Amino acid sequence: MREIDVKLITEKVRNLCMEANTDLGEDVLQVFDRAMQKEESSLGVEILKELKENARIAREEKVAICQDTGFAVVFVELGQEVHLVGGGLKEAIFEGVRQGYRDGYLRKSICHPFTRANTGDNTPAIIHTEIVPGEQVKITVAPKGGGSENMSRVVMLTPSDGKEGIKRYVVQRVKESGSNPCPPTIVGVGIGGTFELAALLAKKSLLRPLGSKNEDQELDKLESEILGEINKLGIGPQGLGGRTTSLAVHILMMPCHIASFPLAVNIQCHAQRHKDVMI
Amino acid sequence: MTELIRLKTPLADKDVEKLKIGDRVMISGVIYTGRDAAHKRLFDLLKEGKELPFDIQGQIIYYVGPTPAKPGQVFGSAGPTTSYRMDAYAPTLMEKGLKGMIGKGMRSDAVKEAMKKYRAVYFAATGGAGALLAKKVKKAEVVAYEDLGPEAIRRLEVENLPVIVINDVNGNDLYIEGERTYRQE
Repeated sequence: MREIDVKLITEKVRNLCMEANTDLGEDVLQVFDRAMQKEESSLGVEILKELKENARIAREEKVAICQDTGFAVVFVELGQEVHLVGGGLKEAIFEGVRQGYRDGYLRKSICHPFTRANTGDNTPAIIHTEIVPGEQVKITVAPKGGGSENMSRVVMLTPSDGKEGIKRYVVQRVKESGSNPCPPTIVGVGIGGTFELAALLAKKSLLRPLGSKNEDQELDKLESEILGEINKLGIGPQGLGGRTTSLAVHILMMPCHIASFPLAVNIQCHAQRHKDVMI
Repeated sequence: MTELIRLKTPLADKDVEKLKIGDRVMISGVIYTGRDAAHKRLFDLLKEGKELPFDIQGQIIYYVGPTPAKPGQVFGSAGPTTSYRMDAYAPTLMEKGLKGMIGKGMRSDAVKEAMKKYRAVYFAATGGAGALLAKKVKKAEVVAYEDLGPEAIRRLEVENLPVIVINDVNGNDLYIEGERTYRQE
């Protein structure tokens, strides 16, 4: 049994909130470069250049990549040999979010659904905890912007819809989203599970590094096929027309009920922000 | 791609009438920020027959809710927010003299019609390029609704703010045209 003071969790979450919002991953910058080579629209190329320059400024000056610094989505993989001391895990994470959004000059974007009154400190955070073997804690902070989240959907397809049904729905979702979710996007797809789990799979799929292959060959092929179809749509960077509507499609799948065929599409803008730490 | 056009605010009819979709424009001068909550308040004021908290004649509203400015920074990260949420309010503001809107994402048919009728244009700034766009802001002050925090209305002095014309006064739409140009069956 290993003891960890939750103060350490607060500190790590604080730092991850700030890093994720100011330091865009190298994997994202690399796919920008690749997209620039292929993009036929000159306005599209200009946009991709702006995004690279923006990422450079944000990293160097430690300012937010995008003003929508998002809902703080926190994934915790808690080793079952760990004993947390000094307070509750949830409150420790909330405090980390409070400090990170305050000290990082990040926008507080969380409000009451009816009155729209801002909570003032970007809490609550969304926490997904998984108990895993071992005596370590892995924390991932993935700020999620509202514009792309608004374009996301969960749908309960029927089993007879099959893979073709998945393709059709995902491509249609991207088409209907048009320029709203800040293309070029990353399309997270969750297949199977239950209504709520499909959505979580879609979100988790976005944590996979860009440019990496899906370990499941069948899904890897499906990802390529869907991406190919999406990039025929012509929406392009920022929806101004072009070849680069999405940078990647990521799929996670698990078994589902014999009567069901759940599908979730979580759209992620080009500012694909996430940072993790192992304690 | 078309030429780079420099525009100075406030705008007159002749300034906006020469703009075409796809034009890259650098805006300098005063613009105002406003997004969801501020728009609702402006709209409610007009419904009650009251005056707006700033002179909207010839002005541009930028749909943005910035991050707080860091010490030493004039303005926090400031990319556009998605515009369709302001569609319900935009025609009324154009009727009152608004000449330009900066945001991202497609507008409703009613907003496009109002742009033709009242001679106004819709520009897109690059969504997500908040750090880059912030550097174009030379001065910022809250002019109304400070209680709304990032959603307060701010008067900005900008220099060469880079935008692209999405909807012009002739009813053209770059989102539709651009997609049509690059779509593969």
